[in-house]
Amino acid sequence: MTDIDTTADKYLRDKYAIIGVGETTYTRGSGMTTRALGTWAIKNAMDDAGIPASEIDGMMSYSGNDSTASPMLAGDLGIRLNFYMDVQGGGSSSEALIGLAIGAIEAGMCETVVVFRSMNGFSQVRIGGTGARASVPVGGDALHAAAYGWFSAGQSFSPTFMRHMYDYGTTPEQVAMVKVIHSEHASNNPKAYYKQRVTVEDVVNSRMICKPLHLLDCCVETDNATALIVTSVDKAYDYRNTPARILGVAGRVCKPRIDMHFQHGPISTVAGHYIKDIIYRNAGVGPEDIQCTGAYDAFTFTSMLQLEDYGFCEKGEGGDYVSSGIMRLGGERPNNTSGGHLCEGYTHGMNMIIENVRQLRGEVDCYCPQDDNGKRIHSYNYAPPEEGGGCRQVPDLEITQNLGWAMPGTGSSLIMRKG
Amino acid sequence: MPQGEYLGMTLTVLDLDNENLAYFQHCAEHDFHLQRCVDPECDLLRYPPGTACPWCSGREFNWVPVDARGTVHSYGEVHHAIQPAFRERAPYMILLVELDTQAGEPTEHEALRVAGNLVDADGNFAGPDLVKQVGIGSRMRMVFADVAEGLSLPHWTLDEEAEQPEAPWRYPQEVNGV
Repeated sequence: MTDIDTTADKYLRDKYAIIGVGETTYTRGSGMTTRALGTWAIKNAMDDAGIPASEIDGMMSYSGNDSTASPMLAGDLGIRLNFYMDVQGGGSSSEALIGLAIGAIEAGMCETVVVFRSMNGFSQVRIGGTGARASVPVGGDALHAAAYGWFSAGQSFSPTFMRHMYDYGTTPEQVAMVKVIHSEHASNNPKAYYKQRVTVEDVVNSRMICKPLHLLDCCVETDNATALIVTSVDKAYDYRNTPARILGVAGRVCKPRIDMHFQHGPISTVAGHYIKDIIYRNAGVGPEDIQCTGAYDAFTFTSMLQLEDYGFCEKGEGGDYVSSGIMRLGGERPNNTSGGHLCEGYTHGMNMIIENVRQLRGEVDCYCPQDDNGKRIHSYNYAPPEEGGGCRQVPDLEITQNLGWAMPGTGSSLIMRKG
Repeated sequence: MPQGEYLGMTLTVLDLDNENLAYFQHCAEHDFHLQRCVDPECDLLRYPPGTACPWCSGREFNWVPVDARGTVHSYGEVHHAIQPAFRERAPYMILLVELDTQAGEPTEHEALRVAGNLVDADGNFAGPDLVKQVGIGSRMRMVFADVAEGLSLPHWTLDEEAEQPEAPWRYPQEVNGV
């Protein structure tokens, strides 16, 4: 692939941007429909950008039949659509749909696209598979999995995580540091569902869910909606905020035969192994250029496995990487500065993109004092608020990367730069 | 249409699901079979049942008997069950057993890795003492749980005739003695 001229127009590097982001609160028990949640998040993204409904003409979303379709939300908000597409999917969809939005605009189908995810992931369709989902009839391909009590995401991924410990000597205490660090970040995030800082001991002494996953190795289930707005760079500067410019995207890249990915080893290698050859080529940067990551943390292990396979460290050294402090605010390359899915809330990767957009603007919400315009005066003191810290802004940030995860065999990625 | 109640779940194989129908029919006869590609240059087995060959895209295959013995490649050990009927069986093991047949083919990392729960020699879900004995490297043989006519599920039990590793690799932290 090295002989491809990625500066050619077709790579669209740096030609599109995210101009607005918005979300609802992260709660358990939203007390409203996914339609109302979606409207709330999209309106926040519109207000963030300062864009009227008349200047949006595309909408995309993804769900597992647990959301409301784009045309309903567009209708509610007075947005006339020239294009919409709602697809099946969860994790890794966010980055992929941003890529497809760029394609739709490039093809002349529309000009400005809202991408949203709306879900009552705690009070309606529980992501962990508990409640009504646990009792659905089992047929077809599920006979080879759900019939064995091999059903939830944690159960499905556990052989991958276990084999990584076997292959590389990764310890529970190393992996627990992912939760510890994300909880530190969440403690400085007013929006985070879990703001309590935890220790390695807290994680490894928490209830065992499915070895090797303790309760605190697993993400939180929440009700929320999230939205972002994509348009071309020639329009992006017409709106209120400094755009986050898109250097490259890779969408739903797969290991061979993902319906039976355990047949194709090493099973402790994940889709990032393949994504890195696409995303870094498209973006024209490498892992050494990335200053802040948003590595999907449905589980502590998922962040670690991805960071390793994208090349942020040597294969097998993910345990050392995540426990070294590199990922901490103030470290060399912070990860999930909002607290991510483990602490802030669960919304299939969208919140980590929103976070990186705000990081690139220098405008993350935290507990730092505000100026007369409501803008935070960042202290870069990452201690807890009660100890005089409360900041979570990364200083001098130019390039971020999101590492989206669907399952060990599928992932997506997005690299953005400060506009 | 093979259909039955199993651990509180209704398991169904649709009449038009030819691949799964044949797979589970062989399991019901307690005679494990997999699909083998008919292309003589390919000739590879595959799992789970599928509609074409993952290595040559060929659509034609034969069902052939396969020696259902192998080694635990990895596992999950569920302590907090989600499906209601599994709760009283927790902790239970989800085993990924690499068959001796076709291990390391067509590339060194590939193999037929067949899922199943850990059960005792009679096919009952393993209790905590048995769970503690099994880990990566354990040698296993297949047993079947009968669900309905034409539908049995393959499971795994320790192979009494095989030489077992002195200490199969297990997750380092024990919980409630397991």
